[in-house]
Amino acid sequence: MSAEAHDHDHGHDHHEHEHHHKDTFITKYIFSIDHKMIAKQYLITGIIMGIIGIAMSLLFRMQLAWPEESFKIFNVLLGDKFAPDGVMANDIYLALVTIHGTIMVFFVLTAGLSGTFSNLLIPLQIGARDMASGFMNMISYWLFFLSAVIMLSSLFVEAGPASAGWTIYPPLSALPQAIPGSGTGMTLWLVSMAIFIASSLMGSLNYIVTVINLRTKGMSMTRLPLTIWTFFVTAIIGVISFPVLLSAALLLIFDRSFGTSFFLSDIYIAGEVLHYQGGSPVLFEHLFWFLGHPEVYIVILPAMGLVSEIMATNSRKPIFGYRAMIMSVLAIAFLSTIVWGHHMFISGMNPFLGSVFTFTTLLIAIPSAVKAFNWITTLWKGNLQFNPAMLFSIGMVSTFITGGLTGIILGDSTLDINVHDTYFVIAHFHLVMGISALYGMFAGIYHWFPKMYGRMLNKNLGYIHFWVTAVCAYGVFFPMHFIGLAGLPRRYYTNTNFPLFDDLQNVNVLITTFALVGGAFQLVFLYNFFSSIFYGKKAVQNPWKSTTLEWTTPVEHIHGNWPGEIPHVYRWPYDYSNPNHDVDFVPQNVPMKEGEEVLHH
Amino acid sequence: MTSLLVIIVLVLLAVALWQLTKIFDLTQVGSSSSSDDSQVASDNDNNIQGYLMFGFLAFIYIFTIYGLLKWGNLALHTPASEHGVLVDSLMNITWVLIFTVQVITQGLLYWFSFKNRGHKEKKALFFADSNKLEAIWSIIPSVVLACLILYGLYAWNNIMFVDKDEDVIEIEIYAQQFKWTARYAGKDNVLGKANVRLIEGINTLGVDMSDPYAQDDIVVTELHLPKGKKVHFKMRSQDVLHSAYFPHFRAQMNVVPGMVTEFAFIPTYTTAEYRELPFMVEKVSNINKIRAEKSTELLAKGGTALDPYTFDYLLLCNKICGASHYNMQMKVVVDTPEDYKKWLSEKTTLAQDIKAAAAAEKPAEGEAGATTDSASTIVKDTVKTVVDTVKAAVAKVAMK
Repeated sequence: MSAEAHDHDHGHDHHEHEHHHKDTFITKYIFSIDHKMIAKQYLITGIIMGIIGIAMSLLFRMQLAWPEESFKIFNVLLGDKFAPDGVMANDIYLALVTIHGTIMVFFVLTAGLSGTFSNLLIPLQIGARDMASGFMNMISYWLFFLSAVIMLSSLFVEAGPASAGWTIYPPLSALPQAIPGSGTGMTLWLVSMAIFIASSLMGSLNYIVTVINLRTKGMSMTRLPLTIWTFFVTAIIGVISFPVLLSAALLLIFDRSFGTSFFLSDIYIAGEVLHYQGGSPVLFEHLFWFLGHPEVYIVILPAMGLVSEIMATNSRKPIFGYRAMIMSVLAIAFLSTIVWGHHMFISGMNPFLGSVFTFTTLLIAIPSAVKAFNWITTLWKGNLQFNPAMLFSIGMVSTFITGGLTGIILGDSTLDINVHDTYFVIAHFHLVMGISALYGMFAGIYHWFPKMYGRMLNKNLGYIHFWVTAVCAYGVFFPMHFIGLAGLPRRYYTNTNFPLFDDLQNVNVLITTFALVGGAFQLVFLYNFFSSIFYGKKAVQNPWKSTTLEWTTPVEHIHGNWPGEIPHVYRWPYDYSNPNHDVDFVPQNVPMKEGEEVLHH
Repeated sequence: MTSLLVIIVLVLLAVALWQLTKIFDLTQVGSSSSSDDSQVASDNDNNIQGYLMFGFLAFIYIFTIYGLLKWGNLALHTPASEHGVLVDSLMNITWVLIFTVQVITQGLLYWFSFKNRGHKEKKALFFADSNKLEAIWSIIPSVVLACLILYGLYAWNNIMFVDKDEDVIEIEIYAQQFKWTARYAGKDNVLGKANVRLIEGINTLGVDMSDPYAQDDIVVTELHLPKGKKVHFKMRSQDVLHSAYFPHFRAQMNVVPGMVTEFAFIPTYTTAEYRELPFMVEKVSNINKIRAEKSTELLAKGGTALDPYTFDYLLLCNKICGASHYNMQMKVVVDTPEDYKKWLSEKTTLAQDIKAAAAAEKPAEGEAGATTDSASTIVKDTVKTVVDTVKAAVAKVAMK
């Protein structure tokens, strides 16, 4: 295999000299239009944002465990104004919560995860030379970068960054009188998100067009790897729902800056009546969650695709129920756009709507259950290769089930009444979309690192990273269910004003301890990642003995991906341990043997 | 300081573990062939990780059981409202389902991981799909969920729709940053009209005093409810979104500026009765033990001791509403119907309060000037402080 790669390399060197003689540092590493470089740019930016987002969560977890105690670290990181004498101020607690949510959901798990792997894998796995529009792809990344810079710059605003929760419900987010963060900080938040949405739309349109038009010969839709299916469907959901958030953001900007009343009405604050009349915050909630709910599937679907692919490869077995997996992705995508109201059961909307949304929400459990059972069956009688990527994939299925099951409670309007906005919700969505998507992202990084950097990550560090993270993730979020069921509201700076909650304090200390240990061990991953880029063991062309097309490209990156002709595809992507063949994997570009049965693909 | 130490310890622990893996790597150098440094899982890795998978299954099960035993009693107990019984029974059914599915699926997931850990000589079973299996795990969840949906919708309709003809007590819950107020409808049981534009003086709720229904309205800061009578809450907010959360009554509804939201329930235990329930006696004594320990700690540091805790129903704000969101609460008292009537009859109406305030203002007009003066001094002081802070900040930046 590696000999073959070398041959390709020589061939390509020649090729390269003819066409790409003007590759400077700037065109290669900064304003690159090569999808592989853009993927790496997304990944590094996502990781940096992830470090900031997780660090914020550790800070406010410390405040929750040891309320209003003085920590030197608060003073160092937050400064004298936000943490006088090392005690975190109450509005800064809310700012940290808000920015943590925003960064993790949009900048890490949407752009960092989907941006990285859609860009890397779509052209490589469908057999295309690049994205449909490399230029648009470059613009998409740089808009994302710009929005990240604006979001981070809001941290340095005098009155503090946006602090109305990541859902930025007006009037709190509209009135600087209500909370200081709703001044310049919120303006920057809205501008940043508007640019982010533009970036996301450009990326998504590119993914859709590329998947539809640039598949290589023989790559029919039912021969696409599940990764591509999930990226494709994710992009469609993004195109449908992100513009709605843009409209909500624009209307909110109008209300804030130009005195319109889309979301505001009858407000008396700071001793005076404001002029707003006739708007409704509930309208904003509808618009926000019309994106907000599909958003959680935008986050989790790519992770599901990555996990499906990695599980099949490392089980040396076809993914179980390939067609059922595609159907369930489509069903989830469709249902995801009609369940947003389950975030609003008690928002004051008509209770009849609540009934409808309960119905659609619980329906979504069915395709999710199908996926979970298919993954479990994929493991059955496999020949499991426990590479770090495989561990994270199994971990993802585990947390997806644990977190998903409590969705049955939250999706039921009757039960939601009493657990709405408590720590129970935090436990639920962190497990089902936060941790699960992060595991999917880690799995993807461990699996495709050789493809991105031509080197291997250290597996032993990967094992340590996985096991400590796995224990700590459950350690953090499992106990949260109990304090949520005790009625503890989320977004409370401290619980000490309620003697009723005094018996929850030691649980909070335990949660924070797990969070700190888990957070610290992410340093193992960061060390592994950055040192392996330069000093990792050199990768062979197809280290995991995988069947998909990206492993037929040479280890060294070249423009256009394949030095010669683009390979043709003759079979589905999951011919692992096929009894008709001697080897336990048959790449997609290997022609059918004579008389080999085609399995409807 | 302790926190810094904790962080240092954690970092050192990470370094130590990393060094350990390096040592581990080094010990492997001579002992096995070159395939080991390929960074692809070897048979040895598969074996170790397979056993760890099994260990992790044990961890999940044990942690779940430990959690249930240790923290299970933290969850809200015995609902204090009539519909709460319905909610809790649906909740318990759902929990049985969730635990069953969780134990089985996690068991299968990690058991298969352990059982099928890879080996060079092994070949996986080529098993691509089975319509029968797919049908089984689509249909079973569908049927189970259908039952849950039906039960859920039945309960939801019972809870959320208030019959117009029903004999209910109307109470307004009024929210503002960071305080709750309640308004009782009085003898006519109809709340007078209100709007924030009418807020003036002690009429902090903006009640329209020209509305005949408003004349007997009563405004209070502590919510009293009669046991066994349906209470229909109408909620208003004057500034931002709030959420009226009564955890013990299994009741919650957002409070939205510009509209009136509703929720109704029937309290079934008076505060005194609820305090006497065995689980509550135990809970309160546990909390008081914790508070006593904390008090000795505080006293040692020169602080003041915490008051001992007695249980009261609470109304808390459960929608982020500003910097002091964490302390927006109102005491709720459930009385016997007789006590409730007595309590209410002792309250003065808003109309009487306004009249009294107006009367008090007239003779005190001379003093009013002084009050204004002091108010303006306060404003001046505040402005001065703000200006100073800004100046200090600017100076600091300049110095940097």
